[in-house]
Amino acid sequence: MDKKRRDFLKIAGVSTLAGLGGTSVIGQMLSGSTPAEAGAAKEVSGHGNEHAPAAHGSNPHGSVAKSGKRLGMVIDLRKFRENPHLGEKVVEACHSTHNVPDFPNKKDEIKWTWLTEYEKAFTEHSHYYKDHSTLDHEVLVMCNHCDNPPCVRACPTRATFKNKEGIVAMDYHRCIGCRFCMAACPYGMRSFNWRDPRAGLDMNTINTRFPTRMRGVVEKCNFCAERVGIGKQPACVEACGSSKALVFGNLNDPNSEIRKVLKANYTIQRKPSLGTHPSVFYIV
Amino acid sequence: MYDGGKIITGLILFVLLVTFPIWYNHGNAGAVPKVELPKVAKECVLPASEMRTSHMQLLNEWRDKVLRTGDRSFDVKIGDKEYQKSLMNTCMQCHISKKKFCDKCHSYASVKPYCWDCHVAPVE
Repeated sequence: MDKKRRDFLKIAGVSTLAGLGGTSVIGQMLSGSTPAEAGAAKEVSGHGNEHAPAAHGSNPHGSVAKSGKRLGMVIDLRKFRENPHLGEKVVEACHSTHNVPDFPNKKDEIKWTWLTEYEKAFTEHSHYYKDHSTLDHEVLVMCNHCDNPPCVRACPTRATFKNKEGIVAMDYHRCIGCRFCMAACPYGMRSFNWRDPRAGLDMNTINTRFPTRMRGVVEKCNFCAERVGIGKQPACVEACGSSKALVFGNLNDPNSEIRKVLKANYTIQRKPSLGTHPSVFYIV
Repeated sequence: MYDGGKIITGLILFVLLVTFPIWYNHGNAGAVPKVELPKVAKECVLPASEMRTSHMQLLNEWRDKVLRTGDRSFDVKIGDKEYQKSLMNTCMQCHISKKKFCDKCHSYASVKPYCWDCHVAPVE
């Protein structure tokens, strides 16, 4: 090899430059656009149909989607106080419809909707000198199906996602059980299957129209997407009968029943300061 | 080569042993599984040959449509009758036995689909 040091440095310099700048120049020439445009195009194609409401609805600051469907619920706690057994009936209806197992050990518990104390549901509201009805009655809680759901952002596999109707849904086929969503949910509405859920179910009496889950996935209320999709009301709403303790409907439709209820009553949401925009409202 | 005879005999024995399943069965695929077909219906959502080769793709397609795009319409047709896209609520309503239908081929082909970890098989 008869190479001069000077020649070697020249070749090395040129190839370094080509390596650093060449790929991006070729990439630009191939795509025929500036890097900024290419990035934007990628962003748009990255959001599939399933993310349509999120794409135009929730920016990083979490503004509320104005168009499209957004299913929500109003929980009238006055009706639950009038009828003390209604809460348990609602929970039972949900859990039997969705084959939610019953494990006596608190650590293994799986819950989609349940009753909890007022101060646990509404941590931001003052709790000094509570009145009797607040002390004696529990609050029905479930997934809030937030308009700006932190669980969806945390999920690495998009197993949990916001669907076209504004339901924060779970695709158990994709869930890898990392539990990031459980850490992200500020309401603690998600449960993890530490054990085979079928061990906590009576397989002879389960609902054979709906699957169970398997060990190692996270589950939560799905706003009865499988019932709403075929024109039925959610199981919990159905369990309330004509009492109107739970009102379900499209929050973006100004003529819907839920909007009329919201207009006629003062309602509160859970932890509104977090900016998650829950779709579940409470009449206290 | 030292001990050439031993090595070559050893190699021949080894090859014979490894290929035992091939020459012992000489091209015979064994008894083909016989699945129990539904008594209530003659046709499936697709022709039998297509179902045989690509029912898994169809199920995945249904799953993605129902779960992710939220298309729960009853748009699967057999003749004039419409069905929803569902393993438990459509397929298994005609194929009432998982053991005599699904498992027959799946155990023959040694595939272990995870459908039944969550989806509930009909009571048998």
